[in-house]
Amino acid sequence: MPSLPLVLAAETVSTKLLSLSLPDLVIIVAYFAMVLGIGWYLKRQTQTGEDFFLAGREMTAWIAGLSFLSANLGSLELMGWAGAAYQYGILATHWYWIGAIPAMLFLGIVMMPFYYISKTHSVPGYLQLRFGENSRAFAAISFAFMTILMSGVNMFAMASVMKVVLGWDINFSIWVSSLTVAAYVSLGGLKSAIFNEVLQFVLIWAGAMLIPILGLIEAGGWENLKMEIAGRLGRSDYTHVWSTLGSFQDNPMGIHWTGIVFGLGWVVSFGYWTTDFLVVQRVLSAKDLRSAKMAPIIGAAFKMMVPLIVILPGLLGLGLLDMKLLPESEVKLTGGYSYNDVLPLMMARYLGPGLLGLGITALIAGFMAGMAGNVSAFATVWTYDIYRAFIKKDATDAHYVSMGRWCTIIGIFVSIGTAYLVMQFSSIMDYVQALFSFFIAPLFGTVLLGMLWKRATPAGGFWGLLAGTVSSIAMWFWVYMSPGALAYVALSPHAKPMAENMYRGLWSWIICVVVTVAVSLVTRPKTDQELVGLVYGCTPIPSEQHVLLWRRPILWAGVVGAAFIALNVIFW
Amino acid sequence: MNLDIRTPIGLLFLSLGGLLVIYGFFSDPGIYFRSLNININLWWGLALLVFGGIMTYFGRRKTKLRPSSTP
Repeated sequence: MPSLPLVLAAETVSTKLLSLSLPDLVIIVAYFAMVLGIGWYLKRQTQTGEDFFLAGREMTAWIAGLSFLSANLGSLELMGWAGAAYQYGILATHWYWIGAIPAMLFLGIVMMPFYYISKTHSVPGYLQLRFGENSRAFAAISFAFMTILMSGVNMFAMASVMKVVLGWDINFSIWVSSLTVAAYVSLGGLKSAIFNEVLQFVLIWAGAMLIPILGLIEAGGWENLKMEIAGRLGRSDYTHVWSTLGSFQDNPMGIHWTGIVFGLGWVVSFGYWTTDFLVVQRVLSAKDLRSAKMAPIIGAAFKMMVPLIVILPGLLGLGLLDMKLLPESEVKLTGGYSYNDVLPLMMARYLGPGLLGLGITALIAGFMAGMAGNVSAFATVWTYDIYRAFIKKDATDAHYVSMGRWCTIIGIFVSIGTAYLVMQFSSIMDYVQALFSFFIAPLFGTVLLGMLWKRATPAGGFWGLLAGTVSSIAMWFWVYMSPGALAYVALSPHAKPMAENMYRGLWSWIICVVVTVAVSLVTRPKTDQELVGLVYGCTPIPSEQHVLLWRRPILWAGVVGAAFIALNVIFW
Repeated sequence: MNLDIRTPIGLLFLSLGGLLVIYGFFSDPGIYFRSLNININLWWGLALLVFGGIMTYFGRRKTKLRPSSTP
């Protein structure tokens, strides 16, 4: 799931939350040295295009799976959702459970064989094989644009956080962290990005895990924490994930279970986890089909545990912090701390000199993991799907590798430019979620039909994708111009922006599917011969009969699925 | 030759853990009022040392057994 936009009024804050001592700085410097060292070491192994853009297709399931998750686990994600947990209670967990687990398992079991067997290097690359150049161009350009924008927005928001938390200069944070990312990704390519993501993933846990441990000790256990929260707020609906979703009014988020299940659990989550190339690229680097199927399943197993270091700190803040946190808009007027500061505040509460450095390193690591994910995906899509496809068709492999290296660096600089643009026009942040939903929901419709329905034609795929995206943008403008339209788009005039994005995603997905089917039925399909390796029914999928039972992906998907159901029942 | 990711992770955690343990030994106990008076640098440093040790052990062992295996 993309992170919540954190609208931070960094320039109005003069006092900092935490200050670092010498051991903290030593830990942060050690981390930077390690990250650059890995990039430098891997440079020697990165010679060919396969090496640079697909990490040589030799990653194990564990490495691919952890980096799959880590590319998504940015710092804004951590802080934004901890803030959401403070604001909405345990309902925020849905973004980690139903909003991710089913989609990740579906990617592993159903979709991965087609991505992997087709030997594509990117999601737009798959569209080209399946639907032709038009669809590829559309998907590649919109993805490249979105990725750079996201990267810039995250960069600015992260620098603002560093300013609020540590009092660091915004320019300093932006340049140091992004030049480090530029260095290690351009040196070692995707392999370097992936290795560092795994390292960052472990560091995030090492730095953040103490907060829930010490918090639960202080609160006297989970049951006591629940009582404390209920006592403070005078309501008990902050600690239940499903039992309060029967009506729009009964829960802190003002959402109905149908919105969670169909809007979040189906379109938004499947769109993100199965077609956003940023995450899919990690899985494409797996060494064989079994590893490629296992990677999202391993990712899902860890994804289920992330609420421990994200949602639980938010709830602990609700139950233990003496001060009351406010929405960003109020903080701008009155001062104080916002919901989104709850994770740094909990860090400040428990971590003294020494461990604080580890906690801050975890935040920086999370931020750099997200940015490395963006630029490595951007470099691949730019080089293979835009540059090689439309600008310079038959250059040498070495030429494309050097293009990829340069493009990583240029991508970072464009992101930095975007970050400064966002600094000038902070309202851009409000539109990022909407922009994201323009492209991702229809793309999921196109890819899904492409993989599962062999009658879908090239024209159908392209026009469906275009119609879905255009209609999504049109709906957004409709609501923007006349707010009354919200009652039609989001089914309720009181819908929050999050609900609006979900419903708009759902409608644009339906429009994409309907147009694809309609156009496909009146145009000429590709022959079965052309669809081998791309579509269900035309692709020989290797049997797993000879694989030991405990090594089969389907078994582990079942285990993760059962744990997912159990967790939802326990916290019902 | 390929790099086994467990080796760099292990080395980083060994050094971070070592640093925290040493700092935990020599630091003024007064600074641990935040962490419920537990010397958290010492204990968490030990935990990181153990994790780093396990990672390094398996990373090195695999490299020795199969020098050309994938990471």
